[in-house]
Amino acid sequence: MNTTKKLPPVSEISVVILALVVAGGVFLAAHLPKHTSLTFTTLTVVIAALLVLVNLVLLTRLTGFAWKTFFLVAKWTLLAYSIFAAALEYIFIKDGVRGSVLALMSATIVIFAVNLPIHFGFTVARYADN
Amino acid sequence: MAHDVVTEQPKDFKIIPTSAIPLVAVVYIGLIIAVATNRLWALDFFHVVGGGLWTGIDLFLGFVIGPIIGKMSIPARMEFSKKFMPKMVLLMPTLVIATLAGGWQLARHEGFILSSDKHHGWVVASMIVVGIMAVVALGFLEPANLGVLFELKKERPNGEVIGKLMKRFLYTAGLTGAMQVATLIIMTRIATL
Repeated sequence: MNTTKKLPPVSEISVVILALVVAGGVFLAAHLPKHTSLTFTTLTVVIAALLVLVNLVLLTRLTGFAWKTFFLVAKWTLLAYSIFAAALEYIFIKDGVRGSVLALMSATIVIFAVNLPIHFGFTVARYADN
Repeated sequence: MAHDVVTEQPKDFKIIPTSAIPLVAVVYIGLIIAVATNRLWALDFFHVVGGGLWTGIDLFLGFVIGPIIGKMSIPARMEFSKKFMPKMVLLMPTLVIATLAGGWQLARHEGFILSSDKHHGWVVASMIVVGIMAVVALGFLEPANLGVLFELKKERPNGEVIGKLMKRFLYTAGLTGAMQVATLIIMTRIATL
């Protein structure tokens, strides 16, 4: 069992990514539809994207991990939150969000939808039997 | 090692109650139609019904059910969790997306998202509260929920793991319950401005 095994801080990083995308998304949504500075949201998206990459690297270095459980949870979470993300994307496009704001919103949504499967899969698999 | 109780439990339960998926699909289709047609009543329906249920369930779970579960024995928690947690896996995300999508479109329809509108400050406050709740729910509550269910599926579930994850689930449910009080204040302010 993996309960006592030291694992990299994938879950903690995932929560930080989640906080970043939510903060960036709320900041941008709070200023719609008027034009506002995109610096803050761009910064949160870039940092969140880098942290997703860090998490992926940390995952590739894991040995003796319950990958079967990880992928089982991750694939269904990806499916569920892809539907969620698609609904959000549809709403923003329907509301006339365009250009760089839409690009940032889309990037935020994609990071959100990619991060959660990693987070859920890792959290469940860390307690699973190999 | 008070929690280190390993108990044989029947594992004949589904982590995702597949029989309820058609109901979820109906809600999603209805929501998409409401957004696409931009009808005020339909948007209001999804926002109010979804939000009312979400808020009510969070408060009830955080302040009524949570403390009761906290005082149960590990085997009793396991038995309760097997019946309760799978329902939450489908119910809560559905209520959340209905509330948020309906609410966003409603705010847009009514002009509340315009910074010149008198409701704008309260709408932004609600976004911040929902954002914090999203981080708590998706970052801690939902993974703990799934973790408990997968542990219960094992031949010999580890009581220590279940106790740890259930504690996390109950604390975060209490926290989101407390934040729902803020949501109630904000929403009643928006409705009466």
